[in-house]
Amino acid sequence: MMRFLVRREPNFGMTNKNMTNEELKLFTTEQFPFLIIEEGNEWLTYYVEADEWKTLAHQLRNHTSLQFDFLFCLTCVDWKTHLTMVYHLTSTTFKHTVVIKSKLNREKPEIETVCDIWRTAEFHEREVYDLFGVQFLNHPDLRRLLLTDDWKGYPLLKDYDDPINMIKL
Amino acid sequence: MYRTTDILEHKQSPSAGGVGEAEYMVINVGPQHPATHGVLHLVITLNGETIINVEPHLGYIHRSIEKMCESLTYRQFIYTTSRMDYLSSHINNHCCAMSVEKALQIEIPERAKYIRVILDELTRLASHQLWWGAMAMDIGAITPFFYAFREREMINDIMEETCGARLTMNYMVPGGVMFDLHPNFQKRVKEFIAFFKSKIDEYDEILTGNVIFQNRVKGIGMLSKEDAISYGCTGPTARASGVSCDVRKLYPYELYNNIEFDEIINTGCDSFARYQVRMQEMKQSLKIVEQLIDNIPEGDFQAKTKAVLKLPKGEFYTRVETARGEFGVYIVSEGATTPYRIKFRSPGFSNLSALNHMAKGNKIGDLVAIMGTIDLVIPDIDR
Amino acid sequence: MPSLENITNTIHTWLNNHVSSTLATLIEMLIVALLAMGLFAILGLILVLMERKVSAYMQIRLGPNRVGFKGSLQTLADTLKLVLKEGLTPNGADKLLFNLAHYVVMCAAMLILAPLAFAKGFQIWDINIGVLYISAISSIGVIGILMAGWASNNKYSLLGAMRSGAQIVSYELSAGLSVLCIVILTGSLRISDIVNAQQNGWFIFKGHIPAIIAFVIFIIAVTAETNRAPFDLAEAESELTAGFHTEYSGMKFALFFLAEYVNIFVVCAIGATLFFGGWMPLHIGNWQGFNHAMDFVPSSIWFTIKVFGLIFLIMWFRWTFPRLRVDQLLNLEWKYLLPLSLVNLLVMTVVAIMGWHF
Repeated sequence: MMRFLVRREPNFGMTNKNMTNEELKLFTTEQFPFLIIEEGNEWLTYYVEADEWKTLAHQLRNHTSLQFDFLFCLTCVDWKTHLTMVYHLTSTTFKHTVVIKSKLNREKPEIETVCDIWRTAEFHEREVYDLFGVQFLNHPDLRRLLLTDDWKGYPLLKDYDDPINMIKL
Repeated sequence: MYRTTDILEHKQSPSAGGVGEAEYMVINVGPQHPATHGVLHLVITLNGETIINVEPHLGYIHRSIEKMCESLTYRQFIYTTSRMDYLSSHINNHCCAMSVEKALQIEIPERAKYIRVILDELTRLASHQLWWGAMAMDIGAITPFFYAFREREMINDIMEETCGARLTMNYMVPGGVMFDLHPNFQKRVKEFIAFFKSKIDEYDEILTGNVIFQNRVKGIGMLSKEDAISYGCTGPTARASGVSCDVRKLYPYELYNNIEFDEIINTGCDSFARYQVRMQEMKQSLKIVEQLIDNIPEGDFQAKTKAVLKLPKGEFYTRVETARGEFGVYIVSEGATTPYRIKFRSPGFSNLSALNHMAKGNKIGDLVAIMGTIDLVIPDIDR
Repeated sequence: MPSLENITNTIHTWLNNHVSSTLATLIEMLIVALLAMGLFAILGLILVLMERKVSAYMQIRLGPNRVGFKGSLQTLADTLKLVLKEGLTPNGADKLLFNLAHYVVMCAAMLILAPLAFAKGFQIWDINIGVLYISAISSIGVIGILMAGWASNNKYSLLGAMRSGAQIVSYELSAGLSVLCIVILTGSLRISDIVNAQQNGWFIFKGHIPAIIAFVIFIIAVTAETNRAPFDLAEAESELTAGFHTEYSGMKFALFFLAEYVNIFVVCAIGATLFFGGWMPLHIGNWQGFNHAMDFVPSSIWFTIKVFGLIFLIMWFRWTFPRLRVDQLLNLEWKYLLPLSLVNLLVMTVVAIMGWHF
């Protein structure tokens, strides 16, 4: 991981055409200098601080040459030291894809909801809340989705242990 | 454990017309209900017969497949996906096998690619046939169900002969397919194509052209293009709203960039558009199978792979087009023999989230028609 | 030649010769009641089997073929199963109404049998307001359905009953108006008069186009009145599980089921009587030879053939069409069928006054 230096390229950003990964990388780093790139993935991957996520989300969705309007995968990974939210975004207009990640405190995982920007997030966030216990701030209806309301614990956390239903191989 | 419904806390404001909150009726559709095709539980708030709110309660067959996969090897986890969307189990398996191949950079033999694509398309056909029958039954026409099953049975027989199973095929392995095609395969598929071609017009005659049917599905369950994208809808549900989202065209995998077929897009946005998209997709699938069935190359059906597969450290996202939409597998690997974390992006889950938006303001009979055209498979939603 | 008319006349004279006339009437009433119940039981058995066979052949399958010869005893076995089942009454239900509803539905279906002419001179009660009586009684059944839906204390039942109520009340109008068309031609409400008026041809041929329109409206309306697909909204199984009889089980359910089939029989019998001459053989004008040849087939056979032909038509509808939505159902009645039948009635009146019919 490295902080990417901003390079001014005035041609980029004004053209409403499909961008390659490299162009997209240059453009987004220019637009959002606070992002940290994670290298070595199929798609452009950025890390964002949890409290900056909502503003970034708005810009990603609404910027005329980005228009990431399709959130096709929203999930969370438990890294034992922290949780990582993973948002896969793509643009149905320009067909470019970006992955945004955000590290959350494992003890008190909290992040702003994006279900007012991408409405599919409402269910996906409820699922993540259900299985990981991530609190989505300002979510209209944050309840358990798959498990029963009185379920204790969050099953997809690595330290979750269910003595009855656990599958151990 | 019965789920408590706190619908009262989430009450909608009274609608225009002066009907107060107290006059709303809350109905539980499901978990056992003929129209939900499985154990989906919908809490519906009704004003007379008009739907005010639909709230899906999921999880009645949640098996936490994602958690299970964390303790299964890369050869084993593929087959849990057959149990998700059981109607496109082949395509789900295909996606998982492809993601392992992509991570390990395994080149699979041409023959395996042909077999995979042909079986994928046959699976899609079978799935759409079942959908057609089941949807007609939801709307009240029972006879089409049997017509659909007549053809679906032929596909199932082909699958049984080649894969050894009729529903959860488990035929894909990383590197190809598990064993070679049955000698009868080509002959029987050709028989099926000839038979189905003569029967597909019958489908239109008995249902599509029916005035009652058209009145039932036209203009209900409206889902605009923006909403379809925002709700993350994929597959025929989104394509009926004018969204181009066919993974086979946008991100071609296996042979799909060499095959001639059309992406069906309809801008009707209603249930009838979704119906038409699926009907035309059947013809496209038939076209794909026709192109491939005579040209299956000789050779290996499986690439040589190691006995124990270890994916390199990293993240891998693979997607395919199932009968219901985009199915994605997101694998986070730590370099071990088992995945660190797996997320299955199931099309049904996102499509279901749009149900409330589509059904609001329609009649209770429409809800059934809308659910029918979204083509929900509950294990796919619950995982 | 022994005909049903001769048999009844023989019994009647024999009884009057041997016992007092009051007792004779009582005994005749008893016999009629037993016959009606027997007819119901047999109808249930035959029609359910017929429906299953018809649907099977339409759906490229075989249907019941294990119990008895080609499955002929299947319904009997099913009835036995239903009789042995426990008839549950839900805890929250209104016990009295819940246990009364199916009898009301059943009785309403049975009462309509009275003025039907099954064969020449074979009629329970040749009342002078026969058609009016039928229209009046046939709407009693809806009370039973409403009772069942309300008393079950189940939302599905309630919705089903409400739909059924709205539906039957609306379609009653069209059915009544199309029946009136025939009454205009005959000038009498008595069933035997209506049948006799078709001596020289059935009304569907004699009444020109208005009669055919009336027949089409009649068939649509009675399909809706009997809650059959495509108008089976009251028990739409994919929407309301089973509608008004969701909570019924065992013999109580069987009575609803039986009442449905008896209703079909009854409405088809009315349709056959009004439009196809009832027991009247196929007569064409003054072709004496032809008419005479037709008379060789007993009138009861003619009646049965016509009724079962119409029943087959209604079954055909059920296995072909999807179900309508509730608002479309009411639109169809109030916006299309009702104005059409009113205009049709007018046209029919003109035809009758001008004497344009045969």
